[in-house]
Amino acid sequence: MADETPRSATGPAAEGDAGRTGRPGGPGRGGAGGPREPRKYFRRKKVCKFCVEKIDAIDYKDYRLLGQFIAESGKIVPRRLSGVCTPHQRRLGRAIKQARNIALLPFASSRP
Amino acid sequence: MNRTYEVMFIVRPDMADEDLEKLNSALENHTTGAGAAVKHIEKMGKRRLAYLVRGFHEGIYVLFIVEGKGEVVHELERRLRVTEPVIKFITVRVDEEHKRLEKMKKLRESRRRGQGTHAATLGAEAPVATAGEPTATPAAPATT
Repeated sequence: MADETPRSATGPAAEGDAGRTGRPGGPGRGGAGGPREPRKYFRRKKVCKFCVEKIDAIDYKDYRLLGQFIAESGKIVPRRLSGVCTPHQRRLGRAIKQARNIALLPFASSRP
Repeated sequence: MNRTYEVMFIVRPDMADEDLEKLNSALENHTTGAGAAVKHIEKMGKRRLAYLVRGFHEGIYVLFIVEGKGEVVHELERRLRVTEPVIKFITVRVDEEHKRLEKMKKLRESRRRGQGTHAATLGAEAPVATAGEPTATPAAPATT
């Protein structure tokens, strides 16, 4: 336990032990900068695109809208990254899966 | 009690237009003969597929909107499965979704209407409030 005190004199003082585990999705700015920033328990305010624009129907035929929520690899972007609210994320997931089945969206693209 | 379904299918890209028309009308006749109604047929044109389907990179998309019972759609699907030019199809039931959308729309309309009447009364008072300073309400002389 005495070893930790000299570390605080040299390295970043604000990080706790939890910072070293390298948990992804830190204070919203990207996981790479995590250990350097103080660990705050709020995320940068991200709004649900569907709630804001009042889009009710998430149609599987609308591949352009759905394409905004899939990664380059074709995976569905998680809610914590896209900022979509839960009910819309569920409908979005179902629509993306339907679109995948009818070859409007890929199951898996070439990975970078 | 009729349900609404969207049946979307992909036809091989090297199919001629008239053959496609023949196929569409044959399916439509069968569906109407079985007691359902084909509300709309939409030819969405040739599109590049997101992945290889039966060796094809492109396909012609067709959308049927059918209103009827489940058995009719089941039979339509069976026909699509058997038809050689059709390479993929999907059926989605949409009447529940439409019901929900109608409800949302009505809710929004009623909310807007309700707010509209309130805003109208506010609007009548607004000129008075803006002309004089908001502090002076009853018989306010020019306090400028």
